[in-house]
Amino acid sequence: MTDTAVKYDIDGDGIVTLTLDDPGQSANTMNEAYATAMAEAVERLYADADRVKGVVITSAKSTFFAGGDLKRMMPLRKEHAAEVFAEVEGIKATLRKLELFPKPVVAAINGAALGGGLEIALAANHRIAAEGRYEIGLPEVTLGLLPGGGGVTRTVRMFGIVTALTEILGQGTRFKPEAAQAKGLVDELVAADQLVARAKAWVTENADVEGAGLQPWDKPGYKIPGGTPSSPSLAAFLPALGPILRKQIKQADMRAPKAILSAAVEGAQVDFETATRIESRYFVSLVTGQQAKNMIQAFFFDLGSINSGALRPAGVEKYRPTKAVVLGAGMMGAGIAYVLARAGVEVVLKDVSIEAAERGKSYTAGLNEKGVSRGKISQEKADEILGRITATASAEDAAGADLVVEAVFEDVALKQKVFNEITPFLAEGALLCSNTSTLPITDLAKGLDGTDAAARFIGLHFFSPVDKMPLVEIIKGAETSDETLAKAYDVVLAIKKTPMIAHDSRGFYTSRVIGTVIEEGLRMVAEGVHPYSIERAATQAGYPVGPLQLADELNLELMVKIAKTTREALGSEELTTTERVAGKLIAAGRSGKLKGAGFYDYVDGKRTSIWEGLAELFPVAEEQPAIADLRDRQTFIEAIETAKTFEEGVVTSAAHANIGSVFGIGFPPATGGAAQFITGYDAADGSFGIEAFLKRADELAAAYGERFAPTPYLREMAAKGESFPA
Amino acid sequence: MAEAFIYDHLRTPRGRGKKTGALHEVKPVDLVVGLLDEAQKRNPTLDTDRVDDIVLGVVSPIGDQGMDIARTASLLSGLPETVAGVQVNRFCASGLEAVNQAAARVRSGFEDLIIAGGVESMSRVPLGSDGGAWAMDPATNLATDFVPQGIGADLIATLEGFSRTDVDALAAESHARADKAWSNGYFENSVVPVYDKNGVLVLSKDELIRPGTSVESLAGLKPSFEQQGRDGGFDEVALAKYHWIEKINHVHHAGNSSGIVDGAAIVVIGNEQVGKDYGLRPRARIISTAVIGSEPTIMLTGPAPAARKALAKVGLEAKDIDLWEINEAFAAVALRFMKDMGISQDVTNVNGGAMAMGHPLGATGAIILGTLVDELERQGKRRGLATLCVGAGMGIATIVELV
Repeated sequence: MTDTAVKYDIDGDGIVTLTLDDPGQSANTMNEAYATAMAEAVERLYADADRVKGVVITSAKSTFFAGGDLKRMMPLRKEHAAEVFAEVEGIKATLRKLELFPKPVVAAINGAALGGGLEIALAANHRIAAEGRYEIGLPEVTLGLLPGGGGVTRTVRMFGIVTALTEILGQGTRFKPEAAQAKGLVDELVAADQLVARAKAWVTENADVEGAGLQPWDKPGYKIPGGTPSSPSLAAFLPALGPILRKQIKQADMRAPKAILSAAVEGAQVDFETATRIESRYFVSLVTGQQAKNMIQAFFFDLGSINSGALRPAGVEKYRPTKAVVLGAGMMGAGIAYVLARAGVEVVLKDVSIEAAERGKSYTAGLNEKGVSRGKISQEKADEILGRITATASAEDAAGADLVVEAVFEDVALKQKVFNEITPFLAEGALLCSNTSTLPITDLAKGLDGTDAAARFIGLHFFSPVDKMPLVEIIKGAETSDETLAKAYDVVLAIKKTPMIAHDSRGFYTSRVIGTVIEEGLRMVAEGVHPYSIERAATQAGYPVGPLQLADELNLELMVKIAKTTREALGSEELTTTERVAGKLIAAGRSGKLKGAGFYDYVDGKRTSIWEGLAELFPVAEEQPAIADLRDRQTFIEAIETAKTFEEGVVTSAAHANIGSVFGIGFPPATGGAAQFITGYDAADGSFGIEAFLKRADELAAAYGERFAPTPYLREMAAKGESFPA
Repeated sequence: MAEAFIYDHLRTPRGRGKKTGALHEVKPVDLVVGLLDEAQKRNPTLDTDRVDDIVLGVVSPIGDQGMDIARTASLLSGLPETVAGVQVNRFCASGLEAVNQAAARVRSGFEDLIIAGGVESMSRVPLGSDGGAWAMDPATNLATDFVPQGIGADLIATLEGFSRTDVDALAAESHARADKAWSNGYFENSVVPVYDKNGVLVLSKDELIRPGTSVESLAGLKPSFEQQGRDGGFDEVALAKYHWIEKINHVHHAGNSSGIVDGAAIVVIGNEQVGKDYGLRPRARIISTAVIGSEPTIMLTGPAPAARKALAKVGLEAKDIDLWEINEAFAAVALRFMKDMGISQDVTNVNGGAMAMGHPLGATGAIILGTLVDELERQGKRRGLATLCVGAGMGIATIVELV
């Protein structure tokens, strides 16, 4: 019995402990070993029913239970629907049988219980969690799935439709144990070393209590909190549930939240057994579809690979900066100082004047204040963070720093100058980082003083606002050493951001790719496409904002400057679309949000409507393209550009392109990122994969121009049945 | 082919559709029975054994209006037990749908005499109380881009550039016309007062009309669908489809939308032989009918395509129609219909419409067809077309010609 995934022990008091302990893996998942062992354990419970007083479910791993076996889900297709349904129903039948066991059953949650883990616990009559910093929740929606192990059905019956949807299922919220208790997902919280003892004590206390072994929904007279779809109070609100969800996801085609909503409402109209079957069917529709695969690839496998440092050069000792200098206390510098200080690094925030530097420091004070008032952080912790930042105008304060992050104006000479001012004071071998979004790292490195400066120099491209945006693009210059890359990677992880690695080239990865979609948006304007259609096509495709809003926020003058530099570098005389379209707006005095006038009007800095005069500069065309084309033109132009960055060696990993494109430049998350969008393309007609992508790209090329034509590199990759490097 | 003649039509006055309305105390089945009794009184020579069926439109056929109210009314009115009954539902077109189905059955020769019409006690069985997957089931709601009809009406106004003044002006005109028609006794022949069980009068006139309604007096009313559109996410659903417009201009309110009322109507439809057998005079013939589906989110643009379809079927054009009835579900629906068909307001809804007198959902189609026949007779005109916009994106039209 030692190699079973669910150990069965009965003690002298008749309390059975089911210990989840997959012999083949470091974490428990809902695999075959679990399914078989759990089914056997539950059978045995019934066989032993006479002498069993109650049941404790716990885990022998550091986590409680990790959830579904995602690897096994990846190859599942429509044709597997019947067998997947049967398997899911089998696993759930076991849990239901456990739930119906007439003695008290308690889950003793010793560590992370996400997805399937929490679903097992929800089948128990009582949940006790160990104190700690792990997570409890049903995050399936973030992977394009729904909690198909009874999670929808049971949370709806515990909390009611609306609460279950908005607070637990809809966003896939992960709760710390205290928060899970506050929410009611967990009944008790105890010290980790008392967990099983307390669980057994609860069984003893409840062994003779009538109904303690029954779930509320299995007791007579039970009503779903907040009512069912036939209750007038809920019925009045019901027609808006779908539309409100659509508004939240900005009309994007995200299938999991819609399936969760549907399963929750449909399940509330029927008995538990039928509800859980409906839930299984929705789960199967998601798990056999392409969208869940794309999201699992990106947000589980790719993110996992990045966080485990798969591309970080090996053999370099883990680096932790002790003192950092941030050069330039503008918006970016101020944000960078904040995230470094928050991660425990002493920060010298330097600008040309002490006033400017202090202003930058006050940004952290402001964030702290907000955090304290919302109860997210203690005053003591906030003071500590602020205390780590020294605002200064003098280079001497850089003394002994082992990390520099430069965030001054985008000017090669200026950047080199500010580095060289502090170089004499730095610790030996200090890591030199520039937060540039466009300037070639290799060129910047050439003008730096100091031993091996070019080898120690690397791009660290932060996104605005720094405290919120999860990505940092690391740019390796021609001279950048592997050690520097590894250290930069460690810095990004240390400040709790996600790194993507790009190699030095104009625009690196993110700026280059986002430039294409903005230019495509501007091209549509020039074609006479309704501006609101352009913006709505973007959000319908899954982008957070449209290209015209992006252009306004980025600033049209800056865009023209970059476009011009790029064009001249390529030796082209013909004006780019960006120069032509943005140029006209600039000439009309509308350079963007900063100016309070761009594609949009602004009132007190707040975006209002598209500028009426735009239709005079670019008259709306008689014939309008289908919105599906407007959506695809935006995603495809970025995907095609992404393929080129692989071809040119700018990006070498699909994981980095996927996460970088989603976290950095808002590529639609449901696609799994700009590389996965190609290899896992999810066509409207139900076909999928790179061939389907090529077909649609060729259609777009024929209708809208050669820029959509896949390069031979991509066609060859498809022909050979290959993918981008992982 | 047999003719489908209209021999008679009757309706109740329309009572305000709330508990303070005069007809709230009257059960919907009794509204129908009152009309069936009166029809027999008016046509004493008619042998009720000849009635094949009663077809009644009801939009919320539950509660007081459930269990096939047509058969219930037939039994309760004491008609021979051989007179069957069926309830139909095509949302707001249900009353005209009942008429069209009856006409088709008579014209086909399968049947000789059918009483068609509809009833809705909106004060007792409010709109939407029957639920239904279209709105209530998230998967269906999401897949069909469901929005409430008021959003569609406001969307029509937005797309067509109808201003608040435009729609309010039409509403004011509807009240003025309805008031004038009542004053002149144009409705006297068709409206049957509602009496209680002791023969005491309950209501004799449409309750909702407010003479003197003006653009100015309507200006203070708050848009009805603005909050729902914003907070319920419905505006965004509509704008996902009508993506080129910035936002929906919410111009409709209680005063320029159809009134919520209680009421019923019936139309006696039979072939030539029935008239000959009982000495009844056919008043009009139904020469063409049509239904059509239209874009469901804007929902209310079906009338023009339905009208064109009905016209084309008999080789007619808009200019061949003398008078038009377009149900005033919302002001923008009527404005859009007149624009689509290129017709004048002078020949459209000449005696007012649902903005002034109310829209008892299941009955309205039969009511406006009756109004059309009366007015053609009064003006000595020949052809008329009645049409309604319909929930979930449909349109219906019926063309009548005086005999």
